[in-house]
Amino acid sequence: MTASEKYLAAAYLVVFVTVLAYVLIIGAKLGRLEREVAELTELARRKLDG
Amino acid sequence: MSSRNSWLSLALMAAAIALVAFYAPEDANQGLSQKIFYFHVPIALTAYACFGWGAWKALRYLWRREEHYDLESYVAIHLGVIFGAMTLLTGSIWAKISWGVWWTWSSNQLVLFLVLFLFYSTYFMLRFSVEDGPMRANLSAVYALFGVVLIPISFLAIRLANDFIHPTVFTSAGPQMSGSMFATFCVCLAAFLALAASFYGIELAGKRLDAKLRELRELLSP
Repeated sequence: MTASEKYLAAAYLVVFVTVLAYVLIIGAKLGRLEREVAELTELARRKLDG
Repeated sequence: MSSRNSWLSLALMAAAIALVAFYAPEDANQGLSQKIFYFHVPIALTAYACFGWGAWKALRYLWRREEHYDLESYVAIHLGVIFGAMTLLTGSIWAKISWGVWWTWSSNQLVLFLVLFLFYSTYFMLRFSVEDGPMRANLSAVYALFGVVLIPISFLAIRLANDFIHPTVFTSAGPQMSGSMFATFCVCLAAFLALAASFYGIELAGKRLDAKLRELRELLSP
């Protein structure tokens, strides 16, 4: 692998890793929101029952 | 809308990678490392677009006083900082292979982009040091608007200062590259703009949902 190829791969890897990290963070946030929705649904159900 | 944007950005990104790898010719002077250009420049232009969009939303907030503009401005600036960080990182890698250094203070465009990036990075420090409410929205909007002045300066710095270190590809005579290179560049630019638009939609939807859930929790709590 030439130096040029190494630097090119590094630059594209930086972009890929950043985008992947962003997607993973957003995914984790959506997971948290999903849990919160389930929690609030349960809370509302209990309120209606009792 | 967000889902359609995501599929579009994914398709454009796949096309961009394919064009960079198989269609765009190797540069006669720089060789393979010149292909960093196809990601570096569109990412930088996307960062400018995000900051500009954030400032526009800030202006709309100050004008109309509608809360959703404040959130939209914040999300756009957040994305601008992410794309700005990618610009600096990819630019630094390209500088190392082309000029032999990771960074140079003698290039006005580089320094001005760093100033723009740092300016908008401190936006978050200001925003989160003030309690949630109209005061925070006002201060954030005014700050976002001040930063937008740096965008044309940063963009035109290289032309105004006759900077010979950082290359100028787009001149008044048009793009200084072959047709296939320019076509690849346009697809890459469209891909990154679409990616930013889909991230903007997803993050905004998440933040709005978060706010609604907080409201619902307050209503349901005893």
